[in-house]
Amino acid sequence: MYENYRALAAKARAHCLNMVYIGQSGHIGSMLSAADVLAVLYEGILRVDPENPEWPERDRFLLSKGHAGALVYAILAEKGFFPKEWLNTYDQNGGKLLGHISHHVPGVEFSTGSLGHGLSIACGMAKVAREKHQKHRIFVMTSDGDLNEGSSWEAIMFAGQHHLDNLIAIVDYNRIQALGFSKDICDLGDLDSRVSPFGWTCVSIDGHDYGQIEDVLKSVPLVPGKPTMVIANTIKGKGVSFMENQVHSHYWHVGDEDLDKALKELAGGVPAEIAECLPQGVKA
Amino acid sequence: MRKVFNKTLVECARKDSRIHLVLADIGYGEIEPFARSFPERYMNCGVMEQNMTGVACGIAMEGNIAVTYSIANFPTLRCLEQIRNDVCYHNANVKIVIIGGGVSYGPLGISHHSTEDIAIMRALPNMVVLAPCDKREAEAATRAMLAYEGPVYFRCGYVGEKDIHHGTIDFQIGRSIEVEQGDDCCVIFSGPLGYEVQKAVLALREEGIRAQLISMHTIKPIDRGAIVRAAKETGNILTVEEHNLSGGLGSAVAEVLADEGCLDVRFKRMALPDVFVHEVGSQQWLRDQYGLGLEDVKREIRSLLAPATGT
Repeated sequence: MYENYRALAAKARAHCLNMVYIGQSGHIGSMLSAADVLAVLYEGILRVDPENPEWPERDRFLLSKGHAGALVYAILAEKGFFPKEWLNTYDQNGGKLLGHISHHVPGVEFSTGSLGHGLSIACGMAKVAREKHQKHRIFVMTSDGDLNEGSSWEAIMFAGQHHLDNLIAIVDYNRIQALGFSKDICDLGDLDSRVSPFGWTCVSIDGHDYGQIEDVLKSVPLVPGKPTMVIANTIKGKGVSFMENQVHSHYWHVGDEDLDKALKELAGGVPAEIAECLPQGVKA
Repeated sequence: MRKVFNKTLVECARKDSRIHLVLADIGYGEIEPFARSFPERYMNCGVMEQNMTGVACGIAMEGNIAVTYSIANFPTLRCLEQIRNDVCYHNANVKIVIIGGGVSYGPLGISHHSTEDIAIMRALPNMVVLAPCDKREAEAATRAMLAYEGPVYFRCGYVGEKDIHHGTIDFQIGRSIEVEQGDDCCVIFSGPLGYEVQKAVLALREEGIRAQLISMHTIKPIDRGAIVRAAKETGNILTVEEHNLSGGLGSAVAEVLADEGCLDVRFKRMALPDVFVHEVGSQQWLRDQYGLGLEDVKREIRSLLAPATGT
């Protein structure tokens, strides 16, 4: 079961490793932790059309943790929104793909990069959809760091107040932020007990269990009249053993040896899918 | 002036269902007609300017016009990153309206003064910056702003602004308006302070000084042609604004003069000095204290012309 999710997540992880390798860029840990959730979202939940990225009835997805933009690029490329060759231009001079997610890329709804922006934009979109009796949903991925920002909490208050049940926030809750473990920096603790009183319905899941992810995302809104927060408990660096749950994975600059080891680990799971993602010179 | 803005906004919203008003719990006594007339398109977010701006941007991204509205620097500085990254970068159709430009809220203190806004807003790509001077300009600017596709910053006055224009005006974004004709020098102003400037210009007629007076209601994109013409025709330019000396109207005019090679012009900027205005007093009293009163303007015009007139 869920082979399609597993395959897309594996390809996306491989693309991300390749992209941060060629760009010598950071944030690989944040990409790997969210890969399973976003694979399910794009493969099984979102109503989007690669042939018509601005289809008015599409579901909207905003990545508020914009530093993990390469993950969205990878999935969009795999889904056919733009040529996969673009991925090799990530962070390159004159390339197609900026380091933080950009709306200049087909399929990307909104640019972010500085944290604490996505939820408010989504609130505005959700409010309009409600006003116009439109059926599409607005999904936002947020994170530990994104929820440090006061503006995120402003949006949480707003969404509850306005009963935006067409808004679904997914927390990539890997409990690590840039400089350390979240509990040691700005402990968000039991998010459910903090967010629910603002009029939300929260549900906690294993963010790497495809069944749980699919079940909850197919059931939203969980309670009519309330926005939904899916607290996806994830592991930073997931899928690459030596990066998992490592603070360093946030800024890890992947070297030759890292890339080789990481891709071999990923390929061990789904070799056929990974092979096509490998950069030149690396064999699974 | 704020009454004119709100009245015009309601009129436009009646004809254009894209117009939304998004607040951060400011506007008592002014916004109620909009709220009553268009409840689906009105929302008071609560005291949260960052979210207000983000919500407005989200509304605009869906094909609407979203107006944020608050006091002085509340809807600009607190949420500057939302304005830059969300509104301007996405070229979203968001209009940021402030009530009380400059030191309109005089005795309320520096938290309620908007004295660096022009410099900051005009530095943002895609942003249009408007600063109407009287009720006629405010109404016309409101209509022009709502008709324009893209981000606009609208620096509105507060209350009691006097008429400056003599009759109907032809208001176009980016096209200044000549208020008084003259060829000895050109005085360029923006905003309601222009009333004092106009009085000074007219008073100097008795001394034989004929100054041209221009309302530069659009500070970005600025009317380069008018500035160059004035420089070439009069050779003397004075700018007057209720804003910090750095980065406002005077700086924008100076940039044009330098860029266009008008470097032989005599030029002076009148503005608030680079300080926080902490004295207690009304807008007019503070203007006088900081060198922006009627007599100050007259003195600067005389001084600008002194070498040429020999007086």
